[in-house]
Amino acid sequence: MNRQNRWWLYVPLSVALVVVVSPFAWMVLGSFKGEGEIRSNPPTWWPESASLDNFTQLFSRLQFGTYFLNSAIVAVLVTLGNLLFCSMVGYALAMLEFKGKRALFGVVLATLMIPGVVTFVPLYVLVVNAGLANSLPALILPFLVSPFGVFLMRQFMVGLPKDLLDAGRVDGAGELRIFARIVLPLCGPALATLGILTFLGSWNNFLWPLVVAQQESEYTLPVALALYSTGQNSIQYGLLLAGATIVVVPVLLVFLVFQRRFIEGIATTGIK
Amino acid sequence: MRSSVAAGRAAWLFVLPFCLLFGIFTAWPVLQSLFMSFTDTRNRDLRTPFAVEFVGLDNYAQAFADPLFRTAAANTAYFVLVGVPLTLLIALAAAVVLDKGITRFRAFFRLGFYTPVITSIVAVAVVWRFLLQDEFGLINTALGWIGIDGPNWLGDPDWSMPALILMAAWRNFGTAMIIFLAGLQAVPASLHEAASIDGAGSWRRFRHITLPLLRPTLLFVSVTTAIGYLQFFEEPYVMTNGGPLNSTISASMYTYRQFGFGNYGYASAMSYLIFVVIAVVTALQFRLLRERS
Repeated sequence: MNRQNRWWLYVPLSVALVVVVSPFAWMVLGSFKGEGEIRSNPPTWWPESASLDNFTQLFSRLQFGTYFLNSAIVAVLVTLGNLLFCSMVGYALAMLEFKGKRALFGVVLATLMIPGVVTFVPLYVLVVNAGLANSLPALILPFLVSPFGVFLMRQFMVGLPKDLLDAGRVDGAGELRIFARIVLPLCGPALATLGILTFLGSWNNFLWPLVVAQQESEYTLPVALALYSTGQNSIQYGLLLAGATIVVVPVLLVFLVFQRRFIEGIATTGIK
Repeated sequence: MRSSVAAGRAAWLFVLPFCLLFGIFTAWPVLQSLFMSFTDTRNRDLRTPFAVEFVGLDNYAQAFADPLFRTAAANTAYFVLVGVPLTLLIALAAAVVLDKGITRFRAFFRLGFYTPVITSIVAVAVVWRFLLQDEFGLINTALGWIGIDGPNWLGDPDWSMPALILMAAWRNFGTAMIIFLAGLQAVPASLHEAASIDGAGSWRRFRHITLPLLRPTLLFVSVTTAIGYLQFFEEPYVMTNGGPLNSTISASMYTYRQFGFGNYGYASAMSYLIFVVIAVVTALQFRLLRERS
């Protein structure tokens, strides 16, 4: 047989899995440890006296509640924007005929890979001049659409049967109605993939929030964590590990729920 | 005729929000970045971005002459040239073992190996800074168990970049592994069966059947990984601040630093240089893929 079960392979695989997962385990366990125990040599694995002190300090002394809320608001709105606007363009590109269609798709393809490092300087100038600096819209507006999202939705919709639309048109339904009532409900898998990828990208985004959020009230979680970890004041390691846990664990839980659909989506789109 | 005009109008209503947002927040900044890179724009010109001196290619000349930018470019090349092959090698090994070697718990291992990909680089960089510590770090403790005296990873200019590469490979191999798995499943089993009837061992089958058929996938994954690695920023920002002795400062990080100093024109020129390298790598991918297909 082609696919064999070689039992000995479970040994290196299990070792590799431990290596891959143990940083997370150490992070979560460490977030319950006191300051002295984290700095102890040799390091401990299980907390000797577990406490929630680090977390209560993050939310009371530092403003991690605000940062968490900022991250969540930005990620949710950016995701909703991408789902709506990218599927609208995907529909037009896949199902409708109009002047400039080829040019538009060409632009989408050509700009799939524009990195944030290219645009952040003029974008900063733009945002400051528009009076949006230090505001949540500055974190949201530039990310409401993405060429990648358009590409993903267009590719999926091209594969849908055209007869459905014609049936709708014969019934006299407008394009908006056909889009919302017939096409979108069929796009579940593509919307799920785009939604999860966009949410993760926004939640983990760092460079632009670092550039534009200059007051603590506008920090997102990664910005707050990075600035605290590189700050000049004496750093508490327990707080850092608890902060990293707060950034990582919520998306980890969401991921575990949706993982099957998500991993299949990655495999078919081929792009992270 | 009327209906096609109306249909065209309806189509443009669908693409209008995208065109507006994309035009303002991506297309315009890309063009303005190019414009800025030919000017001496500084932060005092923030409110008058067009009332600046045109300096031609001075910013680009300055970048090529700037020893720190050269160091940053060399570090970025190091990160990409060592990091990409390492990441792909781990990913390919994991994918092949999961695809052909075992039958049970495949989804479980796949999930475990993929987990680091979804996490924030900032958060894992914070954690890895502990793991890599010289005295009480988990990695050197584990190395000590097998008799190896681990280096002062982030404090030694020779070991700082390998440490960042190791972390990047750990975080990113999952994506490549998933795409490889999809590619491996497209390799027809009949080819393998025919070859093994002819007496080809598993290594020869891998070398002469799987690898050639996997070529487009390999190319695609190496280019997307390289594009990501060319922009690496969070790792040195959080873990080393570019040190020790500038051994980990990256091109993106140096660009950000110059932006922080208020040198917008200079930062734009450097960001465009990164952009050009990424565009060349992307174009190369399209070419190589077309030649094969």
